[in-house]
Amino acid sequence: MHDNAPIPRGGPTNVTRRTFIKGVIAGGVVVSSTAYLFRNGPLSAQAARAGTVERLMTLEVNGQSRRVDVAPNETLANTLRYKLGLTGTKLGCDRAECGACTVLVDDVPRYACSVLTHSVRGRRIQTVEGLAAADGTLHPIQQGIIEEQGFQCAFCMSGFMMATVGFLKKNPNPTREELAHGVSGNLCRCQDYDKILTALERGAQLAREA
Amino acid sequence: MGSTRLVGENYTTPDLLAKVTGRAKYAEDFRVDGMLFAKLLLSPFPHARVLSVDTTAAEAMPGVRGILRAGELPAPADTVTDLGETIRANPMGERALTDEPVYAGEPVLAVAAIDEETAAAAIEAIRIEWEPLPFVVDPLESLRPDGPNPREQGNSWGRAPSEAGGPPGELVVQSIKWASADWGEVDEGRLPEGDHQTDWSYGDLEAGFRDAALVLDETFSTPNNQHHCLETRTALAYWQNGKLFMHTGTQSAVQTVASISRWMNLDLADVVLITEYTGGGFGSKATGAVSCMIPAMLARKTNQAVMMRITREEEQMIGGLRPAVHGRIKAGFARDGRLLAVDMMTVGESAAYEAQGDAGTSGRIVSLVYQPAAMRMRSTTVLTNTPPRRAQSQPGGFQGIMLMEPVVWKAARELGIDQVAMRRLNAPVGKAQFGPPSGNGTLPHVTSSFLVECLDRGAELFDWPTRVARSGQRNGSTVRGAGVAVSSFVAGSVGFDGLFLITPEGRMIVKSGIGNLGNENVFDVHRVAAEMMGVPWDKVDIHWGDTANHLPWTCVSGGSQTTHAMTRAAHAAATDAIAKAKEIAARTLGGNAAAYRVADERVSDGARSMTLAQVAQQAIRLGGRFDGHELPENINRVTTTAATALAGQGLMGVARDTYPRDGTTFGFAAGFAEVEVDLETGRYKVLDFTAVGDSGTIIHPRNYGGQLLGRSVLGMGHALAQKTVYDQHYGLSLANRFYQNRPPTILDIPRNMQWDAVNLPDPETPVGAKGIGEPPVAAGAMAILNALSAALGDEIYRRAPVTLDTVLMALEHGRPMQEPLTAHI
Repeated sequence: MHDNAPIPRGGPTNVTRRTFIKGVIAGGVVVSSTAYLFRNGPLSAQAARAGTVERLMTLEVNGQSRRVDVAPNETLANTLRYKLGLTGTKLGCDRAECGACTVLVDDVPRYACSVLTHSVRGRRIQTVEGLAAADGTLHPIQQGIIEEQGFQCAFCMSGFMMATVGFLKKNPNPTREELAHGVSGNLCRCQDYDKILTALERGAQLAREA
Repeated sequence: MGSTRLVGENYTTPDLLAKVTGRAKYAEDFRVDGMLFAKLLLSPFPHARVLSVDTTAAEAMPGVRGILRAGELPAPADTVTDLGETIRANPMGERALTDEPVYAGEPVLAVAAIDEETAAAAIEAIRIEWEPLPFVVDPLESLRPDGPNPREQGNSWGRAPSEAGGPPGELVVQSIKWASADWGEVDEGRLPEGDHQTDWSYGDLEAGFRDAALVLDETFSTPNNQHHCLETRTALAYWQNGKLFMHTGTQSAVQTVASISRWMNLDLADVVLITEYTGGGFGSKATGAVSCMIPAMLARKTNQAVMMRITREEEQMIGGLRPAVHGRIKAGFARDGRLLAVDMMTVGESAAYEAQGDAGTSGRIVSLVYQPAAMRMRSTTVLTNTPPRRAQSQPGGFQGIMLMEPVVWKAARELGIDQVAMRRLNAPVGKAQFGPPSGNGTLPHVTSSFLVECLDRGAELFDWPTRVARSGQRNGSTVRGAGVAVSSFVAGSVGFDGLFLITPEGRMIVKSGIGNLGNENVFDVHRVAAEMMGVPWDKVDIHWGDTANHLPWTCVSGGSQTTHAMTRAAHAAATDAIAKAKEIAARTLGGNAAAYRVADERVSDGARSMTLAQVAQQAIRLGGRFDGHELPENINRVTTTAATALAGQGLMGVARDTYPRDGTTFGFAAGFAEVEVDLETGRYKVLDFTAVGDSGTIIHPRNYGGQLLGRSVLGMGHALAQKTVYDQHYGLSLANRFYQNRPPTILDIPRNMQWDAVNLPDPETPVGAKGIGEPPVAAGAMAILNALSAALGDEIYRRAPVTLDTVLMALEHGRPMQEPLTAHI
């Protein structure tokens, strides 16, 4: 194993050998990202073409009907955050890896970064802003977090809460193990999982008592 | 302390309601009228020079508002310390943009446009002529006699010669190569013994090895690792009346104003930072991120607000990494397990920019945690063409523990000593000493260590004897193993300021300059002052996260300083306010100030009393130092500015922490883990984990438990899965997303973890409290890897992470099959 096989090394000779980097190379080889973009400016209207989807649509968000102009390639996360001002839904990765953008679509947890807004026309969408009652009474999951001081930086928190609320609709009385599986699509980078799980369990208990 | 007991009690932090309702605004959640969006052009090469840039097509695109090049950035300003000492800016240090990128993914230029798609399209339309330059992504390759250098000047930092008695010479990049003869042992997987940048020692090393009953010589390698903050380093900037308004995440509100002013060459008073919520830092946002200059400069150029959203891929490149450390430790043990001698060598990997001190710090922590009678430490830090290295939780200490724990584990096993007893025997006790020796040859010492108590409590909670008894026993295709690891890191600094007001209405308004990372010390530390003032918590308002709000000089939240430093500052400010309140009471009611006591919102001497509200009203009437019109001379100028703005609004508590401290403050932790390994698949599962910390007095238990276990799991990530992967031929990163470099999920950790705190006060700080963020990291990682050794034998791994193929290969061949000395594999 320790045979010290020569490792290809980057050196001046190596560089000149490689033809693909010779001469002038277009600058945009690594554009910072192709995803994570949204078009919000006045120019965006020019993108509408005949035969494409109707841009103006009605979204049912947190019990309200919201009229909104949505580009065909627009994700639900961007519509919520940039068109409807619902910034409680966070973007952690924009590629369905971290779960920070989890919202409920017809009571089912979905990654809003990976859902096209036009695909949820007429569906019921719930975000973190829609959890508390109109009079400010907190949802039991929110109350559980308050009581147990769950989460640290909380950037992942709304995603965890929405995943839990969705999971409890299917399994209102989960074990700690089952609840962990219910939120296993959500990443907490403060790694406060133990306290989070305790807080969510407390929330589930409050929900059952309510 | 007063009768209103707050310290040591759980409570709900004042930011939690905003967080659970989604109202808490992080940088990307703010909107400004006419806000533009910025995108970055990143280097496709690990090292190159920009020869020419053609932006004609991009500038002609509708919606493009501005393009920013590296040459337009202000030159970084020198730092002038509180003592008036000037620290010269490093002309070769990291900046926000560059025309000579030194790692793939480094930002070269930026475009601001009316939306992101337009900005991205403009970047695609920019033509750049590049000159590719030599590069290297493996530090040992760079140290070879003919190895490539990451910068044209060399592969390591040094200092230019200075005049005798003069200030140190300026930082320069120089070339270090190890002679061919040094490389003989690489083939055996041992770190070569070349000349090192630093070399310190104490005690009689030769005698230690001569007297040793067992001498081990082991080489291990620790992983490079992204911080993976869930909130990327997004920033929004705009200018109003010559002031820069910046929204971005940071670990340290007030200290980040200082760094932004230095980067932008602006007066402190011309920077306003809004940072009420930050989505993780782990060291990578200690005083903000230099990339925040980009929207600031574009906003100045376009005269519009500019939002720069950083994507996950960009964060992987510019967010920074924990530096890998290759280490070789020769250790001699007496028959009873006592550590007699350690000869330690490390090679740390750095980016081509400012180097972190991890390779050297690793020896300091080994010296402290295992107390060898004699020790020699040599280390070298080598630059590579990989992303910037930044401090990451327990920087250097983590690597030291990760290099030393396998040695201690193997020694205890060979000597037939219980692993807890082995660590207990060698643990630092009380004001324990550690290396390196100071200038006069004496060893520095810690303020306190209760690591033995951590081990005893942890062994009890974890039921160590029962788990050891079943450790290594096979059940079908599985085998269990129980592991323990000890750890430590610095846990406190001194000399910062506290500032609060008691208002004429009897409320207490506390100004907190700490960043809000969610570990809650931005609020917790002020419980000390509220308790001393006898003010109930529901009458305390904490102002944080907006530096227009008159915040005092505060420590950097890194290296677990904050709880220690800022409880001291809070204590100092409360002591100041209590003295003033007693004096006001004596002046107003008569009697001797010394006879008065402050408690339960009143000042009283038993016979006479007045409320704190009345005291505050009197303070305003009296003016002078009572209400902040006269200020102490020893407070920082930032605090003076803040306090001056608050003068005349009530009784002011304002003071600098000048309490004495004998020793350097360190925190300690012990971690215990049990794993179950499937011998057929190599897969292993962490069944149980317990952590016990020594952080002195515990201020907020629930928060403490979250930190203790949270940092442990962060460490576990290094043991289980996280690492970088580089194509060594092209110098490009191959693990750029969460799924390729995966931090632990909730399913990777045990369902019920236990924690406890020794909770004995540190004798060298008035509140007794120390920090906790760092020590659990290595304790979490190494408890697991040691548990694997317990299950499978010592010869399992030579580097972390230990994945299932590591386990299977080692089982099949009877020795570790991953060679430790190649970087990024």
